[in-house]
Amino acid sequence: MAKTMEFKRPDGRKVNELRPISAKVGVVPNADGSAMFSFGGTIAIAAVYGPKKMHPQHQQNPEKGTLRCNYNMLSFSVSDRIRPGPSRRSTEISKITEWALEPMLMIGNYPNQVVDVHINIIQADASTRCAGINAAAMALAHAGIPMRGLVSSVSIGKLDKQLVVDVDKHEEDWEEGEGATDIPITMTPGGDITHLQLDGKITGKQLKEAITLAQGALKQIYEVQKKALKESVKL
Amino acid sequence: METSNLTGRRIAEYLDEGKRFDGRGLDEFRELIIERDISNKAEGSVRVRLGKTEVLVGVKMGVAEPYPDSPNKGNLMVTAEILPLSSPRVEIGPPKFPAIELGRLVDRGIRESKFVDFEKLCIKEGEKVWQVFVDVYSINDDGNLVDAAAIGAVAALSIAKMPKYDEKEGKILYGEFTDENFPLTKDIPITVTAYKIGKNVIIDPTLEEEDVNEAKVTIGATADGYISSLQKGNSTSISIKEMENIIDVTEKARKNLFAKLEKFLK
Repeated sequence: MAKTMEFKRPDGRKVNELRPISAKVGVVPNADGSAMFSFGGTIAIAAVYGPKKMHPQHQQNPEKGTLRCNYNMLSFSVSDRIRPGPSRRSTEISKITEWALEPMLMIGNYPNQVVDVHINIIQADASTRCAGINAAAMALAHAGIPMRGLVSSVSIGKLDKQLVVDVDKHEEDWEEGEGATDIPITMTPGGDITHLQLDGKITGKQLKEAITLAQGALKQIYEVQKKALKESVKL
Repeated sequence: METSNLTGRRIAEYLDEGKRFDGRGLDEFRELIIERDISNKAEGSVRVRLGKTEVLVGVKMGVAEPYPDSPNKGNLMVTAEILPLSSPRVEIGPPKFPAIELGRLVDRGIRESKFVDFEKLCIKEGEKVWQVFVDVYSINDDGNLVDAAAIGAVAALSIAKMPKYDEKEGKILYGEFTDENFPLTKDIPITVTAYKIGKNVIIDPTLEEEDVNEAKVTIGATADGYISSLQKGNSTSISIKEMENIIDVTEKARKNLFAKLEKFLK
């Protein structure tokens, strides 16, 4: 544990410290549900439309409702402008987001229907998919979609040998020692993992530690999400 | 969820009495709110709200080759996306006509007014110039995205900063800025769109009102009253008298809007 104290993060955070997080519900009046979630310089907004009839018709599932997520970065959300439109990366993140959220959704009773979740990254400083998932979970709850609960997402990083919570862009590009390993994790409040990815190099032992570390951070995120949702229904 | 004929008729009847559902005058804009620096990786960015309509506009700078016909001038590219996030009517997919039209109307409003001093965006004649991207995204579509987007483009360009450029390496040092402002002239363009519904002409429609318009005319002009871009849209014809009226109505609305924009620019 002594090592934990020594490690200096570029922005001076403690290894288990999140960037300032904020959340707000109801940011898109047209939507059935919507939310904003931010980790420091990363800002995501999500809007939910549905349940509504699935279009195109051949994608309708007569057995249960479908969740359809769409992750998109605004062209000016990063230093080097991104060409607008879908990419291989955004397509994958969209699918990953669906998988992260689906276990908590109870849309079995909506045959042939779709719930659309549109996630847009307005400002990016790493962990955009996690911010997107957090916003999406809140937007779904705000839309009144039947759910078992929220999910919360955070990215755990390994910088050289040190595990840290909520990596920013600067840390993502860490080059010293063993370099950077990025581990986005999404969990239910009950501690079940609905999404886990990893890029980098890490031992099994440390990965287990990373998951434990994530739990503490996710608890904080969950509280912020819950608070924002409660505030939105205040009369 | 398009607006029904019944509602459309009611809107038209109301307008005949000089009334709108939300109590505004026919030539009155909704409340305009401009918020700056909403995205810190952009060289300039704003959020514009017109009532419930909301758009984000960001300016990004790149370095590119000049076009052969303007070797000493920078390039401008305006794109607009009507996000599926912003309305239940929008589906994911390649840009449809409304988004293309939106981008082009905003582009011409900026370009034709000579608001951007393109010659100052030249780095090395014939080889390297600044490429300016103005990207518009709808966040909530409650009508009149075009005027909101045009205001946003002007506001974002007005606060845009010039990133440093390492000529030897040919690299833009994003996040580091020169002391110079983005090169603009005094010709600030304002775009106002007039919509014809029945015998009446209105400004800044809500989505319901926009849905039932028969024809629209987008006019871009500078504060001194010179019109630099114009486009009539939709398939109903407009009489000369109506067109003259539209020119007058938009001019009045433009002055009001300009006063509000000036406040932001200060």
